[in-house]
Amino acid sequence: MTEIFGIPLQVLFGQLLIGLINGAFYAVLSLGLAIIFGLLRIINFAHGAQYMLGAFVAWMALHYFGLNYWVALIVSPIVVGLLGMAFERTMLRRLYRFDHLYGLLLTFGIALVVEGLFSNFYGVSGKPYSIPEALGGGTNLGFMFLPNYRAWVVVASLVVCLGTWLVIERTKIGAYLRAGIENPTLVQSFGVNLPLLITLTYGFGAALAAFAGVLAAPIFQVSPLMGSNLIIIVFAVVVIGGMGSILGAILTGFGLGLVEGLSKVFYPEASNTVIFVIMVLVLLIKPSGLFGREA
Amino acid sequence: MDSLHRYRVPLALLVIALALGAPFVLYPVFLMKLLCFALFASAFNLLLGYVGLLSFGHAAFLGTAGYVTGYLVKDAGLPMVPGLLAGTAAAALLGYVFGSLAIRRRGIYFAMITLALAQMVYFVCLQVPQTGGEDGLQAVPRGRLFGVLDLTNNITMYYVVLAIFLFGSFVIYRTIHSPFGQVLKAIRENEQRAVSLGYEVDRYKLLAFVLSAALSGLAGATKALVLQLASLTDVDWHTSGEVVLMTLLGGMGTVAGPFVGAALVVTMQDYLADIGAFVTVIIGGVFVVCVLVFRRGLVGELARALKLKT
Repeated sequence: MTEIFGIPLQVLFGQLLIGLINGAFYAVLSLGLAIIFGLLRIINFAHGAQYMLGAFVAWMALHYFGLNYWVALIVSPIVVGLLGMAFERTMLRRLYRFDHLYGLLLTFGIALVVEGLFSNFYGVSGKPYSIPEALGGGTNLGFMFLPNYRAWVVVASLVVCLGTWLVIERTKIGAYLRAGIENPTLVQSFGVNLPLLITLTYGFGAALAAFAGVLAAPIFQVSPLMGSNLIIIVFAVVVIGGMGSILGAILTGFGLGLVEGLSKVFYPEASNTVIFVIMVLVLLIKPSGLFGREA
Repeated sequence: MDSLHRYRVPLALLVIALALGAPFVLYPVFLMKLLCFALFASAFNLLLGYVGLLSFGHAAFLGTAGYVTGYLVKDAGLPMVPGLLAGTAAAALLGYVFGSLAIRRRGIYFAMITLALAQMVYFVCLQVPQTGGEDGLQAVPRGRLFGVLDLTNNITMYYVVLAIFLFGSFVIYRTIHSPFGQVLKAIRENEQRAVSLGYEVDRYKLLAFVLSAALSGLAGATKALVLQLASLTDVDWHTSGEVVLMTLLGGMGTVAGPFVGAALVVTMQDYLADIGAFVTVIIGGVFVVCVLVFRRGLVGELARALKLKT
């Protein structure tokens, strides 16, 4: 078997693939965080809970209503997005005139409530969710075996990330969003319904998290705490990338996933901490993040 | 001088008198746990309430100090006092590292960085053999204070913990009411103006951070001796969230607030321990209500209602 630095190639590619998949989740989640942060100036601590909700809505849709994966992939982000909008309208909105830290604390509290409720009713052990039939099995690429579902996750995440980027960069509503990030007061004075834009943005960010959750459901188990540990890593990803650019968030997400995968091959003990170590290094060298501007 | 401040000596004496009698009425271990968390929350409040820095990683200091003290006392056979001091020093050192990194960014980033660093500490604690991994350090001996006082007696231990708590609170009180504390408040109110007045803001922030970390460490080291246990729960991010809640619920930026908040949260957890995961829901719910309805916290709102200045 071919080896590189004493590591069988198959192992290396296997871990790189896992890294790429984790990177896909980091990318989609940090993209959602970055969009919400851009307009609301609030770090959405509930992002992990919304990711978890996405997976759970998919699971519930299957078990209670018999709706399959493909339907869930559409329905779940819509449901979670609507829930997010309701949350923004009824609670988060009241805090905009105070310090942004209160927004962080509110979303933290909501995350605890949601995760606690699901732990209470479904237990912490998690529910299995099977891979949709069309994506079962795998493809032999010659140098490695590629499970079809994993390839789909990477492709779907990339498409969603790039689609989001196109919407923000190329459409009218994207232009409003970018203008709102630059100068909310001025945008409002031009007659743009800013409160509505904020609600939609928050809903869209939540929907992105839910989409990632549905993608994750067949890979990881659907469990109430699946989001809370992931979200801290995503925070580190966001600090590393900086929140100045959409493409930056996507690139950093995938890149760090790969780095994490590599560390699993070469130095497994560090695989849990490598992203945090990189965060420390970035803070020492370029505190505003790789793609960031000082906020 | 404002009215609350005028009564601070009799008030403090009243509280101390109550604290001295408390272990004969309530379960001493519960009271000790409460004092440890009250000190932890007060140390946290020094940072959030007086410098305006929201750290989401304070569990790292509580937990690390607990592990260091637990390891030194249990496995290295050190007496209690050096063990406590070493734990506190370890937390201070960690605070210096966290602080130097986190003050490079402001506001929300500061919170995320401290959270991420604390999570790194969590993973390190999970992996290094000295912490006992998932099991934690169990049966940490309390030993004898200065080789004389038998600390296995809960009442004796309680008075030692009370002394530690009073010492920690006194340090915090003196810090807040010193010229240094005034500069911290100035940074909280208007950082740019503090800079333009010639204060080296980053050094003040860092010093406050280290002080807060050290006192959190003191609380964690004491807690490890009280419960004779150092575990992963103490370095978990939920604990970082709980200390935020204690401070917020009691009233950030008030001297008594963190104590009240810690008392409420610890009591709540103690009484609700049976209902399992639902505790998280209640804690989260309290968080939401606090943030939406009374941002000043119980003590802050009370002081406002009585038109007192805290």
